[in-house]
Amino acid sequence: MAGVQVSNVSRSFGAHKALDDVSIDFADGGFYALLGPSGSGKTTLLRQIAGFDFPDSGRIAIGGESVERVPVEKRRIGMVFQNYALFPNMSVADNVAFGLSVRGEAKAVIATEVQRALALVQLGKLGGRRPHQLSGGQRQRVALARAIVTKPRVLLLDEPLGALDKALRVDMQIELKRIQREIGITTIFVTHDQEEALTMSDRIGILRDGRLVQEGPPEEIYNRPKSEFAATFLGDANIFRGDTTGNGIRLADGTAIAAGAGATLAAGAKASCAVRPERIRIATDAGAPDGNANILKGQVSKRIFAGNNSTYFVERAGQTLKVIVQNTGMERLAEGQDVVLRWSPESTVLIAAN
Amino acid sequence: MAAATASRNGLRSALPLLAPAYLWLTVAIFLPLSAMVFFSFMTELPLSGKPWAFTLGNYAAFFSQSLYLTLLLASLRLGLEVTLWCVVIGYPAAYVLAKVLKGRSREAIFLLVILPFWSNGLVRIFSWAMVLREGGILDTALNAMLPFKINIDLMYSYPAVIIGLVHSYVPYMVLTCYLTLQAIDDSLIEAGRSLGASRLQVLKRVIIPLSMPGLVAGAALIFVPVVGSFMEPRILGGRTGTFYGTVIEDQFVAVFNWPLGAALSFILLAVVLVILAIASPVLRRAA
Repeated sequence: MAGVQVSNVSRSFGAHKALDDVSIDFADGGFYALLGPSGSGKTTLLRQIAGFDFPDSGRIAIGGESVERVPVEKRRIGMVFQNYALFPNMSVADNVAFGLSVRGEAKAVIATEVQRALALVQLGKLGGRRPHQLSGGQRQRVALARAIVTKPRVLLLDEPLGALDKALRVDMQIELKRIQREIGITTIFVTHDQEEALTMSDRIGILRDGRLVQEGPPEEIYNRPKSEFAATFLGDANIFRGDTTGNGIRLADGTAIAAGAGATLAAGAKASCAVRPERIRIATDAGAPDGNANILKGQVSKRIFAGNNSTYFVERAGQTLKVIVQNTGMERLAEGQDVVLRWSPESTVLIAAN
Repeated sequence: MAAATASRNGLRSALPLLAPAYLWLTVAIFLPLSAMVFFSFMTELPLSGKPWAFTLGNYAAFFSQSLYLTLLLASLRLGLEVTLWCVVIGYPAAYVLAKVLKGRSREAIFLLVILPFWSNGLVRIFSWAMVLREGGILDTALNAMLPFKINIDLMYSYPAVIIGLVHSYVPYMVLTCYLTLQAIDDSLIEAGRSLGASRLQVLKRVIIPLSMPGLVAGAALIFVPVVGSFMEPRILGGRTGTFYGTVIEDQFVAVFNWPLGAALSFILLAVVLVILAIASPVLRRAA
């Protein structure tokens, strides 16, 4: 096991900068998600760490050892591919045995290790099957067993759950997390699914256009996004834009929004405030006066019922705001109704304009 | 029951589509071949007007004269060698076409591979004759470049026959291997390497097994016609170019002993079928 340090890595393909001066420290034994839209460079970064491709500049170290010019087969990594990439000409057991057998391990050792790895992914009895005889979830487990049986220093996963249906995906998330804890391997996980990133990882790195936008624990990124992109890509956010006042912003129509968190900015600069939809309370009247709460009036334009909660779309000064309300049995608000939105400055994050 | 009805309906609707092909095969292949089988049991060609009778003598001739067996073995060896050279030359080319080159450069190289197909076989062989003979293109070019004098005269030799045949048949190997190699997902190669396998180990344990159907198909497409080939051996081999195929050709065009030629052909067909039958399970297990 080992940590991975990526320092100032850049990689271009022709004129396209796939990675632009990216630095991330992946701690030993951590579960790390690389999150970003397609084309953000997350897979390119994973391929640099794996060794399928070499960076133009920068340094990559696994366990303190520089590897940026070491080919993949010498890096001692384990990788799980999006389409599983199981060898169709081999049985499940032979697939799992592949990494050990190319290393010239003794047959008896291979057999024991393969059995142990298959038991770990709960496929102990399916060693004799061929990959095409397995379900998607089972193939996923075989791919995982094959990647970890060689005791790699780091486990790399390229959108491994993308091809599974929703229910199976949730099962596999829990399973993957369990296995990762059990063997304590440093894991780097590429995904475009924000929910997956939030629920599974210890830390998340958000990439956009080849640059690392923000990096930290899921709660920190969710509660303290440093950019509009981070705020809207990881979860949902209402964004207000205006000029900073020192402790918040003033919108174009003069309304002040107080922010209790986020960047410290000089008064007068352009800035944004981000508020999560579930932090806003929605009511038909202003209620008891509250000294420092942000209050906006608007009109419900639409309501989407989603079982345990409802999303209200509220029109206010040409902007549509989202509010998520838990379904606690409270009466529902009608479309077209005038409402008052209220939320605390602590739930408001001040973001420098980008 | 329902399935049987459905398949019968399927067959009936497919009949108009199948009919032209089967009709053509019957007229163009089955009838002439049947006539040849018939000829092979005759003492004389009926067309000559001489009296004729049924005989097994044509087949017996093969076993009574060791020359035929010697030539058949030489032809089988020729087929084996040409097939091996086609694998050695064609497989790497197919690999590069399928896995390394992309876009326009792939199309250009592909065209060069296909080109021999589009040229006339005789033209192809005679152009080799101009290259390989003493004072030919190869000889002149090498002597112009090298400081010392060497004599290159490959014409009328076994290597010349091999060169000509490999040139004619290597596109089959390239095409069949290209098709199977292209179907191999690149992520399988990457998966192999991520597990610590060198490129050579990935080739041996993943790529070659997965492309075995293409190799087998290419080998069958090459081996069978090469064993019976006569044009390349005759033109490029000269006196050394006497093979089983040239002997059969002689029976038809020079000696006019069609019954013997037909009998020798069917013996060749039987031998080739036996070889393919023995080889196919072995190759299938490897694949």
